[in-house]
Amino acid sequence: MNVTKLMIVAVGGQGNILAARLLGEAGVIAGLPVRMSEFHGMAQRGGVVESMILLGDGMGSAISDGEADALVGFEPSETIRAISKCNTDSLVIANTSPIPPYTVAQGKAEYPDVKTTFDKIAGRISKLIAFDATALALQAGTVLSLNIVMLGALAQTGRVPLDVELFRQAIRKNIKPALVDTNLKAFDLGFDAAAKVN
Amino acid sequence: MHTLLKDNPGEQILMLGNEAIARGALEAGVAFTSAYPGTPSSEIALQFFQISQENDLYFEYSANEKVALEIGIGAAMSGLRVMVTMKHVGLNVAADALMTLAYTGVVGPLVLVVADDPFMFSSQNEQDTRWYGKLSGLPILEPSSVPEAKEMVKYAFDLSEQLKLPVIFRTTTRVNHSSGVVTLGSMRERITEGSFEKNPFSYVCVPAVSRNLHVKLLEKYDQALALANESPWNMMEGDGKWGIICNGVSYSYVKDILEDLGVTDKFRVLRLGFSHPQPGGLIKTFLKGCEKVLVVEEGEPYMEEGVRNFAQKAGITIPISGKGDDLFSRLYEFNPAMVKKVIGSYFNLTFASSQPIEVSDLSEAPARPPNLCAGCPHRATYVAVREVFGDDAIYPTDIGCYTLGLLPPLSMGDFLVCMGGGVGTAGGFSRATGKKVIAFLGDSTFFHSGLHALVNSVHNNHNFTLVVLDNLTTAMTGHQPHPGVDLSHLGLSHTTVDIEQVVRGVGVKKVITVNPFKYRKTVEAFREVAEFEGVSVIISREICPLYARGLPDHKKERPFYVNQNKCKDHRVCVDKIACPAFYLEDEKVCINENMCVGCAFCAQICPEHAILPVKKEGKS
Repeated sequence: MNVTKLMIVAVGGQGNILAARLLGEAGVIAGLPVRMSEFHGMAQRGGVVESMILLGDGMGSAISDGEADALVGFEPSETIRAISKCNTDSLVIANTSPIPPYTVAQGKAEYPDVKTTFDKIAGRISKLIAFDATALALQAGTVLSLNIVMLGALAQTGRVPLDVELFRQAIRKNIKPALVDTNLKAFDLGFDAAAKVN
Repeated sequence: MHTLLKDNPGEQILMLGNEAIARGALEAGVAFTSAYPGTPSSEIALQFFQISQENDLYFEYSANEKVALEIGIGAAMSGLRVMVTMKHVGLNVAADALMTLAYTGVVGPLVLVVADDPFMFSSQNEQDTRWYGKLSGLPILEPSSVPEAKEMVKYAFDLSEQLKLPVIFRTTTRVNHSSGVVTLGSMRERITEGSFEKNPFSYVCVPAVSRNLHVKLLEKYDQALALANESPWNMMEGDGKWGIICNGVSYSYVKDILEDLGVTDKFRVLRLGFSHPQPGGLIKTFLKGCEKVLVVEEGEPYMEEGVRNFAQKAGITIPISGKGDDLFSRLYEFNPAMVKKVIGSYFNLTFASSQPIEVSDLSEAPARPPNLCAGCPHRATYVAVREVFGDDAIYPTDIGCYTLGLLPPLSMGDFLVCMGGGVGTAGGFSRATGKKVIAFLGDSTFFHSGLHALVNSVHNNHNFTLVVLDNLTTAMTGHQPHPGVDLSHLGLSHTTVDIEQVVRGVGVKKVITVNPFKYRKTVEAFREVAEFEGVSVIISREICPLYARGLPDHKKERPFYVNQNKCKDHRVCVDKIACPAFYLEDEKVCINENMCVGCAFCAQICPEHAILPVKKEGKS
């Protein structure tokens, strides 16, 4: 079956659901079959948010371990947590700026060494694009545009069967007019960041 | 205009499953809707709440699921088209009404959406609603995908209208919280005024009436069975010798897997979308073409037991499996790889399974449990309770954000089973142990089912303290209103029911309302009730900061910071309060200014007074 399976992981409040929605909307504009599922039981309370986006043939809207074509992680430890969704052909796009969970401040858990872990991951998948997307979001004007920075990077890789312009269309269509410029800037910054890694 | 009101048949829109369900109801001409929120059903009610502010659709957030259903029943008995939504455990609350509603039946169609939560993403259990079909005798429909959910809801209205019975529309989280491309259909006209024709000897369920009505229900059951046997929602696909019987999202996994493996010719698949009454005739026909059969269903072996029953009656002796070792589990959610593995092993198919990358040597991601938000007033209440009672008291708790108080260092929560149960169990704990008992209950939960237990406790002279954690909204499920909420900012004229007045009204002699962010006064209040004999109630009242943020008159408070010159690193703040806005930098406690809402609670706890509001022009 011709289907692209994308997974986005983030911490509550990072805009995962909107990013997934924009990807889905871009798919709809392109006339592709789109199925998505989202898990955010207690997201606003600092929990993990997962989205799965399937573009193309099929019926299901879930992605099993080893089946993601691309994993986009808005937070490094969340990328690590979800990495078993990847196989040797997977693409991983990862923000390197951490949001340590409270368990770390309490001394109940240790935050992983991002660089060492990402280096290991890079050798096991087809490509890792890791960069400080939070800094780029701030550069675009608000940390809230992090999700769009990450979408920009994903769009650049060409791993999604969607023309880059469709992403921009989806942003214009679904984001409040006052925020569109900031988000388009964020998109471009993410796009360029991924191009540099390429 | 609300997106779901678009009258543009043929347009394709990406919708959440719950939006598709609401749209289906609108296309079916639904006029009257009610709900008690609960994940994963909540977004259906949200659509109706929003739409009811635009047109003449009636919607209400009812005090609990039973009331929501009863309100809906009144409207359906008056001929209106009704949808009532709730989560699976909500049906336990509403079940009393539903069981006998099956006897009276309905005049206008009533579709009851019940959202199950396999894996318990946000629930206290993963009970399988399909058993309620057998318990009540009512029809159950189950969609497999988002687009199908919309179409099937429309059929649910037709079916309810045809049988004059309420119809249970059962979903699971993976349908409610999935999105898919939905094609808009045309809208049926909404009729919002009904009339009630009296017929007490059919509607008033005294024994003599009910004896007749049960007979009628069984007749309707037979009609429903005949419909299920012929239903296009129960599809047979393929003509191979290996049979798979499935439902809901399992069907989507099965379909993808068989296509993916290129083995559709070896299989025949029966998808049951009209799953109660179980279509025995259809199942027997299906079984006759099979050499062996696998039943793929999340949750309980509901279909599997039925299929085996029908096979036995028909003298069919082929292997039929579903749940068991090396097969499917009754636990949790399924996923495509797991379904593929079981299909592969049961039918001896070989295939290359997907290979996750090696992860065993990677550093583990730190646990990220959900936590009370920065500036959550519940945390402040819990710190005060811990200060006074420590670990000596017994703390029954209840369902809401405040359940998260269970986590250390607050560790406030010793027992929880259901909505309102914190108050009820408190009396039992107190009588049985003679220990101090402090029960926690949210404001929405107070109205949902805490009130009856409170009245009971007053009457039976129980001895405990009830803490009503009143954050002025139903926070956990997304800030829905409840009877104690003021909705004037939305231009809505609901009457606000005052919790303190209610508590005093039912006869509680000791009632204190506190603002939990005033630490000393709150601690004093708890000291005051510590020695009180009888039922005492502390109402800890402060708005949920997430909810407040969205209100029109909201003003952002200045965040706080830790003055590192004053901080002596006692870490009382981190160890006692554990607000997620704290973080450690070079082993020094700092406050994330973006997260801090300026509640000033920690500033009152710090022994060095080192936590200060950020100055307007930068900070030290």
